[in-house]
Amino acid sequence: MLAFQILIDGFAVSALYALGAMGFTLIFGVSGVLNLSHGAIMVAAAVAAWAAASVLHTGTYTGALIGIAVALIMSFATYFAVVQPIQRSRRIPNEEKEIFVLTGTLLWGIMIQELIAYFFTNNAKTVLPIIEGVVNIMGVRTPQNEIFTAVVCCVVIALLWLLVNRTRTGKVVLAASMNPRGVTLLGHELTSVYIVVWAIYGVLAGLAGVLLGMFLGVSSYSVGPLTASAFSIVVLGGLGSVSGSLIAAFVVGYLETLTAYLINPAYRTIPALLLLVVVMYIRPQGLLGRR
Amino acid sequence: MSLKTALHASTSLIALAGAVALGLFASPALAADPIKIAVIAEAQAIAGASMPQAAQLAAEEINAKGGVDGRKIEIVTYDNHSSSADSVRAFQRAVNEDKVNAVIASYISEVVLALEPWAARLKTVMVTPGAASNEITKAVHKDYDKNKYTFHGYLTSASLALSVCDAAKDLLVDGKHTKTAVIMSEDAAWTKPLDIGYQECLPKIGLKVLDHIRFSPDTTDFTPIFNKIEAAKPDVIITGISHVGVQPTVQWKNQQVPIPMFGISSQATNETFGKDTNNAAEGVLYQGVSGPDLAITPKSLPFAEAFRKKYGNFPSYCGYTAYDEVYYLADAIKRAGSTDSDKMVAALEKTDWEGTIGRIQFYGKNDEFTHGLKYGKGLITGAMLQWQDGKQVPVWPKDVAKGQLKFPSFIKLTAN
Repeated sequence: MLAFQILIDGFAVSALYALGAMGFTLIFGVSGVLNLSHGAIMVAAAVAAWAAASVLHTGTYTGALIGIAVALIMSFATYFAVVQPIQRSRRIPNEEKEIFVLTGTLLWGIMIQELIAYFFTNNAKTVLPIIEGVVNIMGVRTPQNEIFTAVVCCVVIALLWLLVNRTRTGKVVLAASMNPRGVTLLGHELTSVYIVVWAIYGVLAGLAGVLLGMFLGVSSYSVGPLTASAFSIVVLGGLGSVSGSLIAAFVVGYLETLTAYLINPAYRTIPALLLLVVVMYIRPQGLLGRR
Repeated sequence: MSLKTALHASTSLIALAGAVALGLFASPALAADPIKIAVIAEAQAIAGASMPQAAQLAAEEINAKGGVDGRKIEIVTYDNHSSSADSVRAFQRAVNEDKVNAVIASYISEVVLALEPWAARLKTVMVTPGAASNEITKAVHKDYDKNKYTFHGYLTSASLALSVCDAAKDLLVDGKHTKTAVIMSEDAAWTKPLDIGYQECLPKIGLKVLDHIRFSPDTTDFTPIFNKIEAAKPDVIITGISHVGVQPTVQWKNQQVPIPMFGISSQATNETFGKDTNNAAEGVLYQGVSGPDLAITPKSLPFAEAFRKKYGNFPSYCGYTAYDEVYYLADAIKRAGSTDSDKMVAALEKTDWEGTIGRIQFYGKNDEFTHGLKYGKGLITGAMLQWQDGKQVPVWPKDVAKGQLKFPSFIKLTAN
């Protein structure tokens, strides 16, 4: 009974973590950008979906789509207003650009967070679930929306795999992550590759944010923890490795759920962070990292 | 002395004389200087945002009637971003630069506990409209001469626990034959004394405490907590939550936890809670000192209505207390005939003011909770409200109740 409970709850949480972390790792893999405004974009998507569905009464599906659209816009805004100007700047030495991007996206994230708190308060919001009600799986009363969340996450992850490995655009993206110079030599504009990646990222982050808003709820306080959890999953899995992040998300998700059920909900995040420290000692490149 | 220096000296003299003359003229005008009250609040939180607004409303009402002995009340507001460090800086600035006469501060116990020594050091009267920890008033009791400047304008955790138990006795034990409970509270300064209070008073009213769960205030997934509670098979969950509210309530509904929630749930006191939770709040019972439909005194509803008219929404619980605080601070200043801090303290201790949340009197120097609000019949008892059809309906005590208990279909009250 308890084992099933952990299995089911852990799966939903892990799938959601995976979805949130994959866009994050994709951007790093392709363009070397660690986007620290990640959590803010996810929260913005969830709050937009909440505002659309609960304040403007647009309906659940439209609300969710609006949330994803907002994340997409924010993703492009992050790229064009923060990341690109830093990358193109001649006044910032090349070797310092990474740290500038890190700081820039962090500040950008804080700005978004403060704006959300200003306009929508820092109290938590929850997105109206697309499916309501519960089903009984092996004696575990499971909200249908939890199953829906897990299914959507798995489908989207599968689609992303297909996109990257089976389409031409995906292959260019993959190639850019391996050798950017090579891709330009083949006649592909790197900027348009980046735009594709930021678009994929926006949709993934938006979807993850909206689903998180339905499943657990978010507030402007969630911005920091969400960025941190994506960051630690990605570091654990190996920076830039999409499949590494996938595995790491499930490791972290199940470790947290096990802790919450078997030890104490108050210590939920501690073992995962300890594991991260251990992995950093033994295998600094992460589980599946290449560099 | 050359002509030039003599000229210079004489102009300085004239300037000096002028300054003295101006000073003399200015001193009678001092009486009409405004009384400045600082409001240090969590302006980004729904509960905190009401504080400066309500204080402003009270000041405008008092000023419209001529102020306090001809002196207007001026509210100076500071956003503390829910941080103790920001609050301490705001407090120092309010006293040292903006020269306020009294401070109304925060609904977070940790913040108020950080400000209390500053009220003592800067000898400035401070009242909190929303924090609850017993430690605030205990510190006044322990070192009265130093900490006497702090007043607790909201119920202490001990009183809150009593209020919840009094309501649970009538509504649950007598009304629904409820026998067992699990306490579920967030780990924060204010819930430590609350939980002690719960564990003392629940068995006394006939509710056996089966388990006691404390969780971190940054918990987002409450599934394991609800599962653990359900496994203990209690008739009711007694809550002590404030930093969290929306998330546990929504997950309680989504997972259809068949046990009612009853107790302190500060976020549920917000008018927007129904919308924030997409009406998952239906059936949630929470203790409150106020509510849009709760006529505790003849002043409660007119204030709520005036606030809604001015700001577009009903005030949070600290809106009511902050409004009262401006009034009884003004009353104390009037009785003291001065804004001298020590005289204000002496006058505030004699406060007997009918506010929006009840009759306000403070415990004395020899009581355990010195400068805390007196709790009891005829003073402040608090009330129990329930979210029903998207509205906050008073269900206890009888004289203010507007409805009966009503639960969503997934709730199974064992002894219905």
